[in-house]
Amino acid sequence: MSILPMNGGKLNFYFFGSMEKLPKDTTDISQLLTGKESAALGRRVFLRYLGATAAAGVALSACHNEIDDTVARGAGRAGDVIDLGDIGYSDVGVLNYAYALEQLEAAFYTQVMMTPYSGINGYELAQLRDIRDHEISHRELFKAALGSAAIPGLTPNFSSINFGSRASVLGTARVFEAIGVSAYNGAGNLIKNGDYLLLAGKIVSVEARHTAIISEMLNPMTSSFAGNDIVAPSTGLGEARTPEEVLTLVRPFVQETINGKNARR
Amino acid sequence: MNLQNILSEIEKVDADVYERIDHVSRRHVFHNFLKKAAAGIAPVAFGAVLNKAYGQGMATVVDVLNFALTLEYLEAEFYNRALSSSLVMGNEGQMTFQQIALHENAHVALLRSALGGAAISKPNFDFTAKGSFPDVFSNYRTFLAVSQALEDTGVRAYKGQAGRLIPFPDVLKTALQIHSVEALHAAKVRYLNGNKGWITGNTGFPGAVYAGEDNTSQGGASVNGLGGIGFGPASEAYDEPLSKEAVLAIATPFLA
Repeated sequence: MSILPMNGGKLNFYFFGSMEKLPKDTTDISQLLTGKESAALGRRVFLRYLGATAAAGVALSACHNEIDDTVARGAGRAGDVIDLGDIGYSDVGVLNYAYALEQLEAAFYTQVMMTPYSGINGYELAQLRDIRDHEISHRELFKAALGSAAIPGLTPNFSSINFGSRASVLGTARVFEAIGVSAYNGAGNLIKNGDYLLLAGKIVSVEARHTAIISEMLNPMTSSFAGNDIVAPSTGLGEARTPEEVLTLVRPFVQETINGKNARR
Repeated sequence: MNLQNILSEIEKVDADVYERIDHVSRRHVFHNFLKKAAAGIAPVAFGAVLNKAYGQGMATVVDVLNFALTLEYLEAEFYNRALSSSLVMGNEGQMTFQQIALHENAHVALLRSALGGAAISKPNFDFTAKGSFPDVFSNYRTFLAVSQALEDTGVRAYKGQAGRLIPFPDVLKTALQIHSVEALHAAKVRYLNGNKGWITGNTGFPGAVYAGEDNTSQGGASVNGLGGIGFGPASEAYDEPLSKEAVLAIATPFLA
């Protein structure tokens, strides 16, 4: 079973680009988004993006129905292929990429809180509850912003994680958080709209805060919070990964097959 | 990232960059100048020449990177001094602040090398902030409080400048890679201070560092209650930017 449209090809965002002309001149937008007066204009641009993508999303849903009426809308399933396309082609591609990662993180911490590992203490439970809530907020915001242009809900595959084991849960959490940070760091410069870039910036630093706190639980009283495995000691730079690198890392944790190409600008 | 990269960034945005530069300096002369600048022996301020040649685009990059460099100078010297003082921070503190100092010094070196001759010099600092924190290098609690304020401010400062770097993707990427490291630092220092790693509402000291952190309007939508998540965690889930002016107002008392 596949949610791929008729040509067997790409459910990607070239499609959106061709449906609606999105503003592409990044210089114009960034220059407009300074000062008070243009803040209002920025919001209008933002809404225009949402409007354009929503319209395209409706058309896309219609395509699905023509192909396969039995495909559940709003939820993916094992065997489905979700193609994010050329991720930097439009901001919708980047937002869906972020939405996919936030879905994965939210699902993970939801499971952690439903079946806490043995020996968990009150402090750890409180941290993991906060983190779960943050990831749910991120997921829901992207879902709302994308509207009908959103990719389906993903089905996690956490079979490699032992939720009863502290080491397994916290080790996985640290990896997920670090991947999340590196994904935002690597995709930030694909974003064309200043409002979206700011939103990504607001989220990535919180993911980094999660990384540090999880690291401290896992490897207390060490430099693991900003360890040489996640920050290059010679430059002090955090990790940045391309979309393809990130998708390769997260693919084992999702039932659907998520594809996406590194963007061109 | 270096001077040559900044130029190629500009070239991506404006293919005519060399023609623009031509009225100031012939291309080969300019390249020669760049070599000298990269070697740190530029006779003239790099930024001034580029601004004349290119205008706002280059001015923006130089301005953002020098602003970042100011904060990194501040942080690096703060930790360097603390680590060489008689401040008792214990094993965990030593491990933590040696790692943080490593990164802040690396950020200084990176930004200085990117700016070349346009890099500002290191200011003189007063970490008591004109007497507000007289025991900053003798009382670990005071030191932690100032450290947290500097790190949380750093996160907000980079976030506030990111939008200006959209036309310069390589510079933006590097800035984001520094930004996330400041957030790692901030969370650990907050933890040492007995706080959550993330910022709830606008609580924190000094107040100016946390002003506006209680915002729950994100991307034009309210996240307060979205997905069943209430105000506290919804405010924690998004770190807010600070304007350059607000950051400088926070940093100014630390300038001697």
